[in-house]
Amino acid sequence: MKNSKSAGGLSRRQVLKSGVTTLMAGAVGFPAIIRAQSDTIRIGHITPRSGFLGTLGDYGFRGVNLAVEEINAAGGVLGREVDLFSEDSVGSAVAPTKAQKLIERRDVHFLIGEISSGSGGGVMATANRLKTLYMQTGCNSDALRGEKCNRYTFHVEAGNTMYTKTIGNWQHRAGNVQGKKFYMLTADYAFGHDLARVSTRFLTDKGGIIMANELIATGTPDYSPYILKIKAANPDFVYINLAGADQTTFLKQYKEYGLPFKVSGGVMDTAQFWGAGIESITGYWQSLWYHGLNTDSSNAFTAAFTEKYKKPPENQAWGDYIGVKIMAQAMEEAKTTDSRKLIALLESGMEFDILKPRQGQFRKWDHSLLQQMFVVKVKDKADMSDKWDIFEVVEASPGDNEPLGAIQPTKDENLCKMG
Amino acid sequence: MLLVEQILNGLLSGAYYTLLALGLSIIFSLGGVVNLAHGAFYACGAYLTVLVAGPLGFAAAFAVAPAVVGLMGIAIETLFLRRLYPKDPTLTLLFTFGLAMVFEQALRLIFGATSIPFSIPDFLLGQLHVGGFLYSYYRLSILAVTIGAIGGLWLLFHKTSFGLIVRAGVADTEMVRALGISIKPILSLVFAIGVGLAAIAGVMSASLTGVHPAMGNEIVTAAFVICVLGGLGSFWGVVIAGVLVGVIKGVTALYIPPAAEGSIYALMVLVLIFRPRGMFGVKFARLE
Repeated sequence: MKNSKSAGGLSRRQVLKSGVTTLMAGAVGFPAIIRAQSDTIRIGHITPRSGFLGTLGDYGFRGVNLAVEEINAAGGVLGREVDLFSEDSVGSAVAPTKAQKLIERRDVHFLIGEISSGSGGGVMATANRLKTLYMQTGCNSDALRGEKCNRYTFHVEAGNTMYTKTIGNWQHRAGNVQGKKFYMLTADYAFGHDLARVSTRFLTDKGGIIMANELIATGTPDYSPYILKIKAANPDFVYINLAGADQTTFLKQYKEYGLPFKVSGGVMDTAQFWGAGIESITGYWQSLWYHGLNTDSSNAFTAAFTEKYKKPPENQAWGDYIGVKIMAQAMEEAKTTDSRKLIALLESGMEFDILKPRQGQFRKWDHSLLQQMFVVKVKDKADMSDKWDIFEVVEASPGDNEPLGAIQPTKDENLCKMG
Repeated sequence: MLLVEQILNGLLSGAYYTLLALGLSIIFSLGGVVNLAHGAFYACGAYLTVLVAGPLGFAAAFAVAPAVVGLMGIAIETLFLRRLYPKDPTLTLLFTFGLAMVFEQALRLIFGATSIPFSIPDFLLGQLHVGGFLYSYYRLSILAVTIGAIGGLWLLFHKTSFGLIVRAGVADTEMVRALGISIKPILSLVFAIGVGLAAIAGVMSASLTGVHPAMGNEIVTAAFVICVLGGLGSFWGVVIAGVLVGVIKGVTALYIPPAAEGSIYALMVLVLIFRPRGMFGVKFARLE
């Protein structure tokens, strides 16, 4: 029998093309122009708003919006209103173009944002080439602060070494590294590779044994093949170097299989742990910032964010929020928007209230923010005051009597030559 | 032994993909619509599970999610897609592509971008140990649901007068019309069944991945690959391709983990070189 054209008339070639269309869908970003005036301080915000980092990007977007709103309510910067231009960075192939667009078409005074280390490297290079200051708020890769560092980029986000040392030192003291066997699952892109490298270095230096390091594509929906391999390997710890929504997916599926091996990892994003649910998480982790931190400025930020968005902020919202606040404070202090003068000021050791017990400052030779991180413990369900209350802060790292650089990579570990 | 375990696990994982791909396939078979919004309906199923399971229980989500999503499908098919059938087929591609974006942003606006936690129901928690092999009860329940869906669909399409009309419509829509049978309500119902299957897949996935607005994007491409692999419009082709995809991903994860997600695309290329209509695709004049 012949088939009718009227019900479709679609060629096989067209059908196959549509699959390509689906794959290419992610390459389309959605620019969000918030407001624009010529006599304002213009901020270019760039971050992934879709894909496996989309959840974190959304928090960053909210954080930067709140910061701008607060600054404008207080009279702006240098007496000028602040305008925000926001772009979905999409991925590493698109992010540098979006950054260039913000700089050249929107004439922004500085860039802020990004989460993917793959994209962040491109944004950094663009910022450096166009001599525009870039406040990097979400990329963890040490390489961005080391071999790829540049004069125009400052890092609010902590590097992989900082995450690794924060939890690693604690676990080492608890006897959970020396002689222990680790099975690593690693996100197969720049961030994951870098984190696996620094985690392996730290753990093996402390006497740990890396049994395997599985590279896993981002956005993997099914972890069961890897969980079965973990079962067969019989490690002491499963060590995850996964990012974004992949953390959530793995934790939920790991719980499903009921394996007895403890889970630790090189990074932890609170939003992804909220997504996994309290039943799927356990143990001790590292946190860059947590809304349960009890300082006046941290409490004020949490209250303002919760009032505006009806949920508390997490570490990515903190990063983008505090990045804007740092730049605003620096511009007021320097009384200029000139990038070179601002760089000199930020390199001078100027201190900022970063909503943590100790103030932060940028390290001159690699522009990494010297700051505390925190070891947190997953609460028992019965102890939670609400669904967001999943962690108890165990200790700050570095502690009160330690130098802030104690968890930073040394020059031997991650040399930056800005030239 | 690990290889055997991965193959068996792949069969279970394949069931998960098959459920989604079947809906995509039957919508294409009759209406000629490549539903790029299929992942969005799947996400809607997961969100409805979160809403329904709390007050009514997880089992109720199985009834409510496909029913609500099916009704949404009927509304969309009747109001929009029906107008596009006689026109350039590219329009249905563009429409469903746009629909997917609208759904994703709507879910983001309503529920937020953050992943919503949803745990495996207590009665499906636990693992089955057979010899040295490990299976989760939840994955086994997905397999059972998929087998039920496949059986139900087969009976519907092969043992009912509705199914007879659908199969006739797939073969020759004009002839069905010439016999005085209106194809329009059939198209609506088939679209509803297809997206309803996506919703059931969403119900099952709510516990396995985070429930977030973009969750459909992660899996709809794999479903599309399964349809092409199995042969566009081939019911059993899709079932076999779904299982094959699960097994190939599992075995690749065992030996070359970084290539696991990409392995299904390599398989698709390989199959299309030797079988341009897919493994079990038949010669459809309208596709040639």
